Amino acid sequence: MLTTIVKDTRLKEKTCKQFLPDKSGHFGKYGGKFVPETLMPALEQLEKEYLKAKEDPKFNEELKYYLEQYVGRPSPLYYAKRLTEKLSGAKIYLKREDLNHTGAHKINNTMGQVLLAIRMGKERIIAETGAGQHGVATATAAAMFGMSCDVYMGEEDIRRQSLNVFKMKLLGTNVIPVKTGSRTLKDATNEALRDWMSSVMNTHYIIGSVVGPHPYPMMVRDFQIVIGQEVKEQMQKAEGQLPDYIIACVGGGSNAIGVFYPFIEDEDVKLIGVEAGGLGFDVGQHAASLSRGEKGILHGSLSYVLQDDDGQTSQVHSISAGLDYPGVGPEHSYLKDTGRAEYVSVTDDEAVDAFNLCTRLEGIIPALEASHAIAYTVKFAPTIDKDKIIVINISGSGDKDSFEVAKKMGIEL
Amino acid sequence: MNRIDAKFNELRERNESAFIPFITAGDPSLDATRKLIVEFYRKGSDMIELGVPYSDPIADGPVIQSSYYRALSGGVKLSDILELVRDVRKKTEIPIVSMISQSILFKNGCDNFVKSAVKAGFDGATIPDLPVEEAEEIMEAGKKEGFKIICFIAPTTTSHRMELIVKKSQGFLYYISVVGITGVRSELSAGITENIQNIKKLTNLPVALGFGISTPEQARMAGKVADGVIVGSAIMREIEKYSSQGDDVLVDKVGKFVGKLVNSTKNRN
Repeated sequence: MLTTIVKDTRLKEKTCKQFLPDKSGHFGKYGGKFVPETLMPALEQLEKEYLKAKEDPKFNEELKYYLEQYVGRPSPLYYAKRLTEKLSGAKIYLKREDLNHTGAHKINNTMGQVLLAIRMGKERIIAETGAGQHGVATATAAAMFGMSCDVYMGEEDIRRQSLNVFKMKLLGTNVIPVKTGSRTLKDATNEALRDWMSSVMNTHYIIGSVVGPHPYPMMVRDFQIVIGQEVKEQMQKAEGQLPDYIIACVGGGSNAIGVFYPFIEDEDVKLIGVEAGGLGFDVGQHAASLSRGEKGILHGSLSYVLQDDDGQTSQVHSISAGLDYPGVGPEHSYLKDTGRAEYVSVTDDEAVDAFNLCTRLEGIIPALEASHAIAYTVKFAPTIDKDKIIVINISGSGDKDSFEVAKKMGIEL
Repeated sequence: MNRIDAKFNELRERNESAFIPFITAGDPSLDATRKLIVEFYRKGSDMIELGVPYSDPIADGPVIQSSYYRALSGGVKLSDILELVRDVRKKTEIPIVSMISQSILFKNGCDNFVKSAVKAGFDGATIPDLPVEEAEEIMEAGKKEGFKIICFIAPTTTSHRMELIVKKSQGFLYYISVVGITGVRSELSAGITENIQNIKKLTNLPVALGFGISTPEQARMAGKVADGVIVGSAIMREIEKYSSQGDDVLVDKVGKFVGKLVNSTKNRN
């Protein structure tokens, strides 16, 4: 919780010492602000207001109130006994972000940003969404605070995630189909940025991941680190120690940075991000930006990007709409280059197998995104000692994926 | 002297504003683009802004975005565009400024891009997704080769930022006439004259006006207040309209449209 950071002076000093991003919004060489001049004043205002809010006890108390009373935090850290036994390796815990209101970690960020938008006097909210989880979380926060809301969503994702589209509409949000490019998250982000170019005076753009121009990667991270802070406390209670490994899926990377960040200085804790390996490593068949991409600029920041020799963004693929993105948050690029985190990938099929395994053994239906983290654990856990502890961040619930998985299994619902 | 500076000096003496058509390289084809540039020059355009297509443009509206999409679907590469300019240089010395995304620039490397652009015959670049804070490297690379990096000022730009931008910009300043993306609009927004006067108090650089200028009447109004008038989406929309009718019809029709804009900008009618 943000209040915890302010109160915990030890952590605050530590974070200040190697405070990233720097003042210009860079994590090492990554990050920055690569946006049209029209948006620069808005980003400056946002950064200023956010830094003020972050230090304001009233803002933090209000956010804490909504996270506890509305979102349902803290989310449990659950010992997955049967999954552990089945893999007969390390002890596996699941951080249950799927149990948050709206079924994913995304709402941690949208509650924070909507409160910030209200502080800034903005009347309208816009967002982009891939899997629809961020869209639903934004629509929910907007409904609860009575704000007008438009969500951009690629046509391909609208098809894959019809349940979330319907939910957003029920919540009073206008879902705008995006028909350009690959008709997925990347294109929805382009359209949302374009909208913001024309509406910046009265509109706040809630980016759903740790991507985009500064201050978004920093701000979204800060709103998500509650996940890792809770894990730290809960693990202490359950095991009296830190975990040995933390495994999370990475699309843009917000759930991963949220669970990684409070452990960055605990160097014995290995951080592993799992990307979408899709159908294989041919161009257009996967979305593993960190594993297979190169340094480039997309959506306002410098990071690893999947692109061609000319700098044109490549087509990507993942069975999981939330991971189907050719870029990644700049802080992950920094963590990759410094070696503090390791990034791997699993295929669509491995993710679906893990989805089924977790559902059968634990009675928990994980999102296809989180299934990537489970899939890597399935391969990894058996190779390490039984006295080691793994925490998997279950970033969201798989309810939304029922249709896509059924289709993959050849079942018509 | 750089062709951009020479052109603005010449126009200043004649007390005329520059007309600067924007055109996407490779839509409908590289060959058509080459013919159109030469035609725009013949019709009295003073400078060309040549768009390097990018897969994910965020500063551009739907008209330019779809022209980028068509060009990229046709397989246009940066190397083809350099070749195109080399070719155009055989016919005209009109200043040519590239509009290029920082994504493409970064991938190619600033020094590398500037060197090859200058060699091909480009005179400068606008980089719509590169604010001055991040522009140091390209500006340094540009200075070495006499390649101008033209910066943007928006209606949302604060006075503090405006001071920063006028100091950095080279060749001229690109004033964005509306809050938002490029595109066709029915009227020019209020306060433009005042804003341009504010910029002029800070710098001697010419100020060109762009974004949302689509009709000869708007070009005439813009020509009265600014040193240059940039029209993009309206021209690309014309190109889209005639692109299937063969290059001769395309060049004739779009050339006539540009001719009207030139005359309006210079208040000749």
